[in-house]
Amino acid sequence: MNTSQPRARWSDKLAQGCRSIRIAFLGLAALGLQYTKTSLLIAIALSFLVSLVADRINPYWLYISYDIAISIIMAVSLNLINGYTGQFSLGHAGFMAVGGYAAAMITNQFGHLNFFAADGIFAVALLAGGLAAAATGLLVGLPTLRLRGDYLAIVTLGFGEIIRVIFQNMNSVGGARGLSVAHGWTNFFWSFGLVAVTVYVVASLVNSTYGCGFIAVHDDEIAAEAMGINTTKYKVTAFVIGAFFAGIAGGLYAHAKQFLTPGGFGFMQSITFVVMVILGGMGNTIGVILAAILLTLLPEGLRYLAGIEHVPGIAQAFPLGWIGDTRMIIYSLLLIVLMLTRPQGLFRLRKRKT
Amino acid sequence: MTEFLQQLINGLAFGSILALIALGYTMVYGILRFINFAHGDVFMLGAFSGFYLAPKIAALLPLPSIAGGIAVLLASMAICAALGVVIERFAYRPLRHRPKLTMLITAIGVSLFLEYTGQFVFGAAPKSFPQILPVYPLARLGGLSLNSNQLIVFGVTLGLLLALRFIVLNTKIGTAMRAVSFNPEAAALMGVNTDIVISFTFALGSALAAAAGILWAVNYPAIDPLMGILPGLKAFVAAVLGGIGNLPGAALGGIIIGVTETLVSGYISSTYRDAIAFGVLILILLVKPSGLLGKKEIEKV
Repeated sequence: MNTSQPRARWSDKLAQGCRSIRIAFLGLAALGLQYTKTSLLIAIALSFLVSLVADRINPYWLYISYDIAISIIMAVSLNLINGYTGQFSLGHAGFMAVGGYAAAMITNQFGHLNFFAADGIFAVALLAGGLAAAATGLLVGLPTLRLRGDYLAIVTLGFGEIIRVIFQNMNSVGGARGLSVAHGWTNFFWSFGLVAVTVYVVASLVNSTYGCGFIAVHDDEIAAEAMGINTTKYKVTAFVIGAFFAGIAGGLYAHAKQFLTPGGFGFMQSITFVVMVILGGMGNTIGVILAAILLTLLPEGLRYLAGIEHVPGIAQAFPLGWIGDTRMIIYSLLLIVLMLTRPQGLFRLRKRKT
Repeated sequence: MTEFLQQLINGLAFGSILALIALGYTMVYGILRFINFAHGDVFMLGAFSGFYLAPKIAALLPLPSIAGGIAVLLASMAICAALGVVIERFAYRPLRHRPKLTMLITAIGVSLFLEYTGQFVFGAAPKSFPQILPVYPLARLGGLSLNSNQLIVFGVTLGLLLALRFIVLNTKIGTAMRAVSFNPEAAALMGVNTDIVISFTFALGSALAAAAGILWAVNYPAIDPLMGILPGLKAFVAAVLGGIGNLPGAALGGIIIGVTETLVSGYISSTYRDAIAFGVLILILLVKPSGLLGKKEIEKV
């Protein structure tokens, strides 16, 4: 009778709230698409302004913000391959490794030269890292992208492992001992400026006339081919562009951590980025960005929760120490449950017309 | 020459184990057309169930002994068969009519779940597998050494292969399996219960993976929760090499990968050994994507 009334109102309010959030999101997305160039410039200017006051920010959070930026670049570039083009790459960390090592080699070699501004050398190194990764992407993509679905997944996985083994055996970059990077040049401006560039390039590429080809390959490869679309060319293009940005992210990673080991770019790293793309909703850039932020902050949050344990009194009430060890279990359960119940991703607000 | 023969024996033993795992991949692919990524972790769980069962069985049968070893082998095969059925029932069956990519991602999720739950439950540090079989050095010709464990690997693999061949070719459920892999809809129309056939396939494949896990642990007695990743991937490569969906092809592919890897790591460079299988995979997909014994499939619109 009357008892059900307030409940209904509550759910109404909740639905209304959801709707307004949704409208706000759609508005933001529309704004982003309409004024992409302006928002790109605004984002770069903002990241520059923040970088001016970076020394006032808690270094811990600054460090995490670099992690977030790198994750966003990786996830958005992987989304171009896995989400928009519908290919399944499991070796994205391999490209990150190529870019990271290439950029680190350049700055280690030429970073001490004074006649050239440090930022200039860093830009050249990042670009070179991206190009090296793109070249690797072309090398891997040309023969393998003729394959479909699950075969491609295994080949890219195998390729990622091969890259790791090659770096492990290359003594010039330290082999399995790792390579220390002399300069910690990654800062707020570079990391978030490049996030803006990546998002801008991927979003405007996908929304262009040319970009319809990616979606066509994703939706039905045979039909796309019948319509005269060169599917292999589109797949290789997506792969190479994705690899390029992964290489740039690798360069940022190298100059943020200042230490590279081949083991850090293994299968598990690639899987983390794949989880971000799936969680955000394949082919949904905003969702993927949110998922990248969430999944980078999650381990920190779990670490915080595990730390509470040492506060007296709390350990008895909430034994939370196990949470920190179960990050990967949570990821894997998230993957399974998401695939079973919401394969379109957590943050898909509107269904793409197919 | 002795060294070459020794490498060959080691390679054959390693290859036989890969062949047993590859059969599971190839059977599931033949029926559901999807790669069961979690198969390598079923192999790991086979080794671990042997590890935890051995003390229990030692109370009934003397260990190490032939009878005790066989009891451990059969018990862990049964456990993993049940596990395979459970995985299929809860993770894959609800997705059967969804896009293949969804199933593949779920399989990766199941694989990670088994690995990291294993790390959480069993501990990440490697455990030493108890001796469940008596070891006799059989031959010492010059530098050549062949012990009874390697012979047991060959014997068990051969026995299981023959048993599998019998099941697939000469029994009713085997006929149903072949029918479903040929055309699931037509088989269902003819009164084949596809759900039961698929469950049975998973049980069979997982039991073979468990046997491979025990044989692996007997030969290389350090087991850890992530031990299934690389053998699993290599066995998948073996299945593709032989022509995925083709049972003799999987066995042949396993032997080829095992021998190649052992020879290359023995004569050229041992640090590159994990990259060899993937190199072979890329090569075979470029040259003959249908595999050595596979038939070329034409995609219909």
